[in-house]
Amino acid sequence: MIAIVDYKVGNVKAFANVYRALDIPFVIAENPGQLAGASKLILPGVGAFDHTMRQLDASGMRETLDEMVLEDGIPVLGVCVGMQMLARSSDEGDEPGLGWIDGHVVKFRSSAESPLAVPHMGWNDVHPSGRHVLFDGLEQEARFYFLHSYFFKADEASTVLATSAYGESFACAVGQRNVFGVQFHPEKSHGWGSRLLKNFADC
Amino acid sequence: MLRPRVIPCLLVHKGGLVKTVQFSEPKYVGDPINAVRIFNEKEVDELMVVDIDATVRNAEPDYEMIEHLAAECRMPLCYGGGIRTLAQIEKIIGLGVEKVSLSSVCIEYPDIVRQACASVGSQSVVAVLDVKQVAGGSYRVFTHNGTRATDRDPVSLARDLEALGIGEIIVNAIDADGRMNGYDLDLVRLMRPNVHTPMTILGGAGSLDDMEAVIREHGAIGVAAGSLFVFKGIYRAVLINYPMRSRKDEMFERAMAGQ
Repeated sequence: MIAIVDYKVGNVKAFANVYRALDIPFVIAENPGQLAGASKLILPGVGAFDHTMRQLDASGMRETLDEMVLEDGIPVLGVCVGMQMLARSSDEGDEPGLGWIDGHVVKFRSSAESPLAVPHMGWNDVHPSGRHVLFDGLEQEARFYFLHSYFFKADEASTVLATSAYGESFACAVGQRNVFGVQFHPEKSHGWGSRLLKNFADC
Repeated sequence: MLRPRVIPCLLVHKGGLVKTVQFSEPKYVGDPINAVRIFNEKEVDELMVVDIDATVRNAEPDYEMIEHLAAECRMPLCYGGGIRTLAQIEKIIGLGVEKVSLSSVCIEYPDIVRQACASVGSQSVVAVLDVKQVAGGSYRVFTHNGTRATDRDPVSLARDLEALGIGEIIVNAIDADGRMNGYDLDLVRLMRPNVHTPMTILGGAGSLDDMEAVIREHGAIGVAAGSLFVFKGIYRAVLINYPMRSRKDEMFERAMAGQ
């Protein structure tokens, strides 16, 4: 059973709809009790970094999630700000992140010499770094919807699962042990997104 | 490569979808949820829904409808109409909408943009500027579905909003609305080089060629349209439509090569 973590930030219903259409069982978890028994976790996230971290703390689920992910090794997929929350910290805020993957979140740079419209908004190509179950069937010509001003800077290149280019090449998917994150929105990326969410469910 | 975004813009009036001409003569074109389902099948890049009654009637946004739309959409959704407070913005984002668009409130109470960005993040806060040419040929921003003139010049307003953290500016040309005679390219030329956030152009698209013309000049910009995606043929028969991915990609390639 996949638990979609509902801490009142992010599009929980959109994930639920995709899994419903795929006929994959899921539960929307609003408290620690509802997380019990989950074999996979989806951590959505939309909004400013500090706001999302505080909301997660306020949900009362943080401790249980830490145990499930770090001690029980339950696979988790962070999406958008949910991916950024996996880092130690973010330039966007003062709150510490979950620290589940070694990295720090930084902002896209725009300068007079190389102006870049920020946020990075729209459909972009995603290039998997190597073979990974998350990108099974998405090795060629996969495109996803992005909507963000900050991105994950991984300490170790080996944790970067896929890159995308906007001004510079950046990590749009990371993975370390049982922890995964994608910067784009698979729940809003048509068939490519459903495939990725199915791959996560199957892994 | 980041692609330009081709965006259907749907107007909600009395619970149904309508299309206007120059912000008047609303014509019923169908049911919102049904339209979203069709646009899901057609894999649209993004969808924009504006409730044109809410601000004018000073009513609360229709949260039930917004929640249904957000749940149904397999693509990002931008909702606008009747938004006046931070609490409303937070509630709408909480319903699963990716972006909210603000219009009159940006002018009357600009600080809401700063507050909204701090709470839901810049990427989710959009301003729609309804722009009309006035005597002397300059452009001014209008509010309340184009019924109220303001003294704001769209470029200076856009720059002010940018300084407050706005994530996207949608430029809507009132005079071009529903005419299907092409975008107001002069307006785009005035706005695009002066604004550094992502931008979307709305008003006047009658064909993909009109979109291609804007992309050729401005690159990865958003091109939105109402009539083009809800009417077919010279008699404006109601038919929800959207270009196939291959057709869209060809257009992008041609336009970007011509840049």
